[in-house]
Amino acid sequence: MTRIGAFARKLRVPALSIFVALFIGALFIIFTDVEVLGRLLSDPIGALSLGVGRAATAYSALLRGALGDPETIGKALASNGDVQLWARALRPIVESVVASVPLIFVGLGVSVAFRTGIFNIGGAGQYTMGAVGGTLAALIFGGGVTPVPIAIILVMIFGLIGGALWAFIPGFLKARVGASEVITTIMLNFIAAQFVFFLVSNFEFIQKPPRIQPVSKELSQFVDLPGILPIESLRLDIGIIVALLTAVAVSWFLFRSTRGFELRTAGLNIAAAKYAGMGAASSIITAMLISGAISGLGGALVAVGTVKQLSPGIAGSVGFTAIAIALVGGTRPSGVVATALVFGLLQHGGSLMQVTTSIPIEMLLFIQALVIAFIAAPELTLGIIKNPFVRRSKSVTK
Amino acid sequence: MKLELQGITKQFPGVLANDRISISVDKGQVLGLLGENGAGKTTLMNILSGLYRPDSGSIRIDGTERTFRDPAQAINAGIGMVHQHFMLVPVFDVTESVVLGSEPTKGPLGSFDRTTARAQVVELSKKHGLHVDPDAKIESLPVGVRQRVEILKALYRKSEILVLDEPSAVLTPQETEELFEIIRGLAKSGTAVIFITHKLNEVIAVADKITVLRRGAVAGETTPAAATAASLAEMMVGREVQLTVSRSKSKVLEPILEVNEMSVLNDAGAIAVDRATFEVRSGEILAIAGVQGNGQTELVEALTGLRPIDSGNVTLESKPFAAGSPREIASAGVAHIPEDRNRDGMVKGMTIAENYILNTYHLPQYSKRGLLDRKAISAATEKAVKDFDVRTPSIDTDIASLSGGNQQKVIVAREFSRNVRLVIAAQPTRGLDVGSIEYIHRRIVEQRDSGAAVLIVSTELDEVLALGDRVAVMYEGRIVGILDAKDATRERVGLLMGGIVA
Repeated sequence: MTRIGAFARKLRVPALSIFVALFIGALFIIFTDVEVLGRLLSDPIGALSLGVGRAATAYSALLRGALGDPETIGKALASNGDVQLWARALRPIVESVVASVPLIFVGLGVSVAFRTGIFNIGGAGQYTMGAVGGTLAALIFGGGVTPVPIAIILVMIFGLIGGALWAFIPGFLKARVGASEVITTIMLNFIAAQFVFFLVSNFEFIQKPPRIQPVSKELSQFVDLPGILPIESLRLDIGIIVALLTAVAVSWFLFRSTRGFELRTAGLNIAAAKYAGMGAASSIITAMLISGAISGLGGALVAVGTVKQLSPGIAGSVGFTAIAIALVGGTRPSGVVATALVFGLLQHGGSLMQVTTSIPIEMLLFIQALVIAFIAAPELTLGIIKNPFVRRSKSVTK
Repeated sequence: MKLELQGITKQFPGVLANDRISISVDKGQVLGLLGENGAGKTTLMNILSGLYRPDSGSIRIDGTERTFRDPAQAINAGIGMVHQHFMLVPVFDVTESVVLGSEPTKGPLGSFDRTTARAQVVELSKKHGLHVDPDAKIESLPVGVRQRVEILKALYRKSEILVLDEPSAVLTPQETEELFEIIRGLAKSGTAVIFITHKLNEVIAVADKITVLRRGAVAGETTPAAATAASLAEMMVGREVQLTVSRSKSKVLEPILEVNEMSVLNDAGAIAVDRATFEVRSGEILAIAGVQGNGQTELVEALTGLRPIDSGNVTLESKPFAAGSPREIASAGVAHIPEDRNRDGMVKGMTIAENYILNTYHLPQYSKRGLLDRKAISAATEKAVKDFDVRTPSIDTDIASLSGGNQQKVIVAREFSRNVRLVIAAQPTRGLDVGSIEYIHRRIVEQRDSGAAVLIVSTELDEVLALGDRVAVMYEGRIVGILDAKDATRERVGLLMGGIVA
């Protein structure tokens, strides 16, 4: 089997899942449209063509929102370097990438745990506590207290620590008393959000004046993460660079280091890990620390750089989307980054779809959920469409 | 009833499990279906019992073609399966177990009619000479009797075609002999029996005709009169096979492993190994025989650091090692070929190279400053794959895609790659093809000849007798006897395996 063949085979299920989910999403759009339903009996053909038109409008809005409007891009190309036009042309795709940054971080974080056989559902909590760490670091060291680069590094370190500490608790409990990480991490997600609520509504040092809303001060006054695009109004900062570097680091750790080897062994076969003399307890704790630290780093960079504010709901649906991304991406760093980018596109494109059509953004949660369901049942997915990549592989016998 | 399978073909992704297989068995006949693991026996029987649908081919009963959509239809057609792993509820008694699923009922509410059920079971067991106490609880019965209950269950459902899947795997030689009596009796009263096994002597002893499967296809048909163990083995493997392990006399030196009054608890906290005392000396093979589940698993786990030793003491080259972790024990020169290679011995989803370094990855030769030295790992694995004749397209192949024999070779290569003083091999050839068995036996004897002490635990009596310089027998956690090879006859060991100490 060639390398390209193997690669294509790996991509087969995720790609098909996304495609089939979008297709079912389209059916859903068609058959939930009141007008289509109203005419379905009297004029089925007309109703269906109307529905198909609606779905096409919705998906084209989704695409334009995610990647950009061809017309605007054409104007920008013809404008001979008009910054404003370029900003308008590029904003959709840049915002899609911005939306994928937290997904990359948390997706990588939970992947490390999944690889070790730990079902860490606590990405949201660890991300939130990382955001707390980053926010505190920005408030304490930012605003000229330390030089900007140092303040940024401290934001990242505090984020790492915040996430790692939050993940250490379930890791320790699992290793020591066998507490199910599924339960403990979910509960800690709630506690993290409430902890933020407590912080941003009780401390003058943190809360935004005039202290009415439960949100933190505007963080850009303290630390401003440098952008990486020449057009200033496009808000893509060093967060994406750190995210990509983290992906490389995780890949290196998992597949090149002895510790990563231990974690992967524990994840694939805990009995064999014991047989080989690897400590199960230390693998669990290490995996959780790393997993939480990565999510926390993401939380800190996004809170300070993109959202520029700490609020109890900062994690949003990142935690659960990231689990989906880790699974779709095969818990492989490259797969996670690619999937997170796709989900980022869907998410940002979805907001334009909501504006231009009356289809709510929840539609995308529906599509995401379908993607997960199809990934979880690869046989079903492959059964739906006979794929040209499917080839009977000869099994190796003596 | 006469059963015919014609041209049965079943394709799984990547494997042609059954390739135009045709077999037939007549009323009152015993068909021995012989083949190695992976030869397609189980797939064929799953098709017969309605679990799988064949891609092509037909099933005929008394000349009429039948298709089974599910196991219930196969049962109704008179096909009864006795699986290798019994499907019995431990807390039920024999009567309940036999009638379960088609109980006689009485009254308007259809309540269970125990009296009738019991009478039916008693009658059935008398008719076929299957002696069981209808009121005994399943959990209190020895395996051999549980198997009779399974057979009764099939007969109760009016099976006229009885399929026995590896029925002797869990039996002592004496119990196996009794089973054969039962099979002959059933055949005499008109039942058609399909007896599936990979043991050559058994088909010769009990079958009326023999069909041999190899790699999913029929490799040959013969009769016990015309066949010998050697000819059957050749048919099964496709080449000539050496059935005995050639080995010189052992040069026994000083004791390496000394086990003194060792007791070990099982997961439930009950005594699994009861004050076992034995020693294994340099240059000898001590083979521990016993029916599955008599404490062998716990014994091996305790000696390899996977299970705590409850009491007693164990020394390795005169140094105590009771508190050792698997890693410490391994670095003290113990090679461990685990009983269940799928569970403990390898990590599916990892490459051959990764599996090769599974318990040595942390040593300086493979790990530099916390990073794996890929070059060194590849070089060592390439060499091992060549030395141990592992058939694989590459060392980066997922070990899960290898055959059982090649997987076991990787494990053996890994365990023998260190400086070995003691080999602990549990069921080292379970489920392997004859060629691989031959090879692994030779490697183990090589270790003995180069001065290692070897402890083999096996439920295969043939293996124990072929390899052991001394044979110990475990029964209910105790070592009930240790015999020298010359005194270890099939009969004596067999009696000990059943707990009968002469």
